[in-house]
Amino acid sequence: MPTSHDVTSPAVVELIDVGKVYRNGELEVAALRGVSLRIDEKEFVAIVGPSGSGKSTLMHILGCLDVPTSGVFRIVGHDAQSLDEDVLARIRNMFIGFVFQQFNLLAHMTALQNVELPLVYAAIDPDERRARAVAALERVSLVDRAEHRPGELSGGQQQRVAVARALVTDPALILADEPTGNLDSVAAADVLVLLEELNADGRTLVLITHERDVATRAHRIIEMRDGQAVDSDHAVEVVRRGGRV
Amino acid sequence: MTWRDTLWTALDAVRSHRLRSSLTMLGILIGITAVVLTVGIGQGASATVRDQINELGTNLLVVSPGSSTNSTGVRTGFATATTLMQADATALTSKVAAPDVEAVSPVSTASAELVNPTTGANWTTTLTGTTPSWQTTRSRGAVQGRFLTATDERNAAAVVVLGPDTVTQLFPGVDPLGSSVTYNGVKLQVVGVLANLSSAEQAASNDLAVVPLSTYSQRLVGGASRNSVSSIYVKSTSAGTLSAAYQETNALLLNSHHVANAGTADFSVATQQSILAASNQVDNTLTVMLAGIAVISLLVGGIGVMNIMLVSVTERIREIGVRKAIGAAPSVIRRQFLVEASVLGLAGGLLGVGLGVLGAVLVPEFSDQRVILSIPASIGAIVIAVGIGVVFGVYPASRAARLAPIDALRSE
Ligand SMILES: Nc1ncnc2c1ncn2[C@@H]1O[C@H](COP(=O)(O)OP(=O)(O)O)[C@@H](O)[C@H]1O
Ligand SMILES: [Mg+2]
Repeated sequence: MPTSHDVTSPAVVELIDVGKVYRNGELEVAALRGVSLRIDEKEFVAIVGPSGSGKSTLMHILGCLDVPTSGVFRIVGHDAQSLDEDVLARIRNMFIGFVFQQFNLLAHMTALQNVELPLVYAAIDPDERRARAVAALERVSLVDRAEHRPGELSGGQQQRVAVARALVTDPALILADEPTGNLDSVAAADVLVLLEELNADGRTLVLITHERDVATRAHRIIEMRDGQAVDSDHAVEVVRRGGRV
Repeated sequence: MTWRDTLWTALDAVRSHRLRSSLTMLGILIGITAVVLTVGIGQGASATVRDQINELGTNLLVVSPGSSTNSTGVRTGFATATTLMQADATALTSKVAAPDVEAVSPVSTASAELVNPTTGANWTTTLTGTTPSWQTTRSRGAVQGRFLTATDERNAAAVVVLGPDTVTQLFPGVDPLGSSVTYNGVKLQVVGVLANLSSAEQAASNDLAVVPLSTYSQRLVGGASRNSVSSIYVKSTSAGTLSAAYQETNALLLNSHHVANAGTADFSVATQQSILAASNQVDNTLTVMLAGIAVISLLVGGIGVMNIMLVSVTERIREIGVRKAIGAAPSVIRRQFLVEASVLGLAGGLLGVGLGVLGAVLVPEFSDQRVILSIPASIGAIVIAVGIGVVFGVYPASRAARLAPIDALRSE
C-alpha cells in the first residue's frame, strides 16, 4: 500500500493551494478554496463529502477538463497551465480514463464504436482499434452487446461500456465521478469491482463516492467540505465513526 | 485522427441527423440548380441568336438604312429610314465597281394579312418584296413550283411564293399551287413554296410570303417611299472576298449618296462577324446579370449552411464535450465540422447539378426556351458548393473547437 510519498518520482497529480471560483454574472461561487494534495502512482483514493462541497470541481481539474482560477495544478510534474490544448487533449486521451455519473456515451454509436472512439483520436489503425475495443468489452463482459446502441442497454451495461471506453487506451489514471450514482446496487457492485480491478492492475484510481463502505476500501480518503480538502487518516477516522466529524 | 476517420465521422453525423442534413442540402441544392439553369438558359439564348446570325451565311453583307451613332451621340437616319433605294442595289450589281459581289438582292418587308378567298382563312405574315437573286443571297429556293423570275419582276406580276408554315395556315391539307391569296383586295397567284428550314431556331424563317419587289412597291405597299428598301443583301463571291466586297459596297454607296465622311453615312453595312460581335456584347451583359442572380442564390444557400451548422454545434455541444473529454484536440473537432459542412455542400452540389440537368431536359419540353448545359459550369458549381460548405462552415467549426470541455459537457 503506497501510502508514504516517494519524493524522488513525480506525483501523478499534485495540487498546491488550488482555488476555483465560478462566475455567473454578478454571482461568484467559490467551489474550491485552497486545496493542496498529491496522488501517487497506483494509489486508490476515494473522495467523499456532501453534495456541493466541490468534489466534481476537483475531479474536473484532475481530469484536465477544467482549469483552476488560482494555485498550481501539476500532472506528472508538468504545470497544466503551461500546456496547450493539443497537449491536454493528448493527456486526456492517453493518460486519463474518465467515468461519469451520466455515462456520457454517444447515443448514435454502437457500444463498440463508443469504446473505439478514444483510439480513433489516438490515430490507431482500424484493425488494432477493433481488437483492443473488443478486448476492453470482454473485460467488462459485454462483447455480446458490442453492436447495441446505448439506448438498448441497461444503466449498468452503459456504465460498463463507459468503463471499457476509459480503459481502452490503457491509461495510468482512472477518474470516476459517482460512477454508481445512477445504478441499482447489483449493477453498482459490478462497476466498483471493475474499477478496483483496474487499480489492482497498477493504475491510479480516484473515485468520488457517497457510499462509506466503498470509501473504506480505498487506500486513502479525501473528505471535501465547503471547497476544502481534509486528507487521509483523519478522514478515515471520520468514516469509521459513521460520517460524523 | 486520420482523414479517413474524420470523413467517416462526418458521414456518420450527416446520416444520423437526416432532417437537418437534408435541409442544409436543400439550400445549396436550390442555389446550384439556379446556377446551372441560369447559365444553361443564358447559353441557350445566345446560341439561338448566334444560329440566326450564322444562318445568314459567312459571305453575306447586310446593308441597312440609317447610320451608326454619330460623333455627337445622336443616332440619325432612322427617323427617315428611306435612305436605301432600289437604285443602290442596281448599282451594286456592277461587275466593274464591285467585282467581288456575286449577287445583290434588295428586300422590303412589311407585316401583312393574307386571305385565302376560297375558304376565307386569313393569316398575318411577313410580306417580303425582293428580286430573283434572293435565291442566291439567302441560299434558299422553292421546293414546289418555282421561285420569282426576272419576268415577274419586270411585269410586277401578281405572283407569290409562300413559306411552308404560311401554306399550312392558309391552305391546310390542300396543294396551294395555282390557287391564289388576296392582300388588300389584290389577288396574288401562288407559284411556289419555299424549302422548309428544319432546325427549331430557324422556325420563324418558314412563315413568309415573297413577292416581286416591283409588285411590292407598285401594287401592294407603295406610298411615298415606294423606291426605298428595308435592306440589301450582298453576297460576296466567296468567304475570302468578303472584306473586299465590304469595301466595294461601302465605297460605292458613300459615293452615290455623296457622303464625304464615312462617320456620317446614311446607311450601315454589317457582316455576320460584326452582328455576332454586337450580339456577344449583349450576351455578356446578360451573363453578368445571370451571374449576379446565381451569386445571390449561392450566398443565400451559404448562409443557410452556416445557420444550420451553428444550430448543429449548439445541439451537439454535449457530444463535443464527450469527444473532447476522451481526447479530441480542438483541431480535430474543427476539422470534423468542416468536413461535415463540405460533405453537405458536395452532396447538395451534386444533387443541384442533377436537378439542373433534369430542368434542362424539361424546360424545352414545356417552352421554346433552349437550355445548353455547360460541363465547366456544372463542375464549377460543385466546386463552389463545397467551397460554400468550407467557408460558411469555418465559423461554426471554430466555435465548436474553442468550447472548453467541461462547459460543453455541462450543457444540456
Ligand atoms: N458551472 C458552475 N457554475 C456555477 N457554480 C457551479 C458550477 N459548477 C459547480 N458550481 C458550484 O460549485 C460548488 C461545488 O460544486 P461541485 O463541484 O459540483 O460539488 P459536488 O460534486 O461535491 O456536489 C457548488 O456550490 C455548485 O453549485
Ligand atoms: Mg458532483
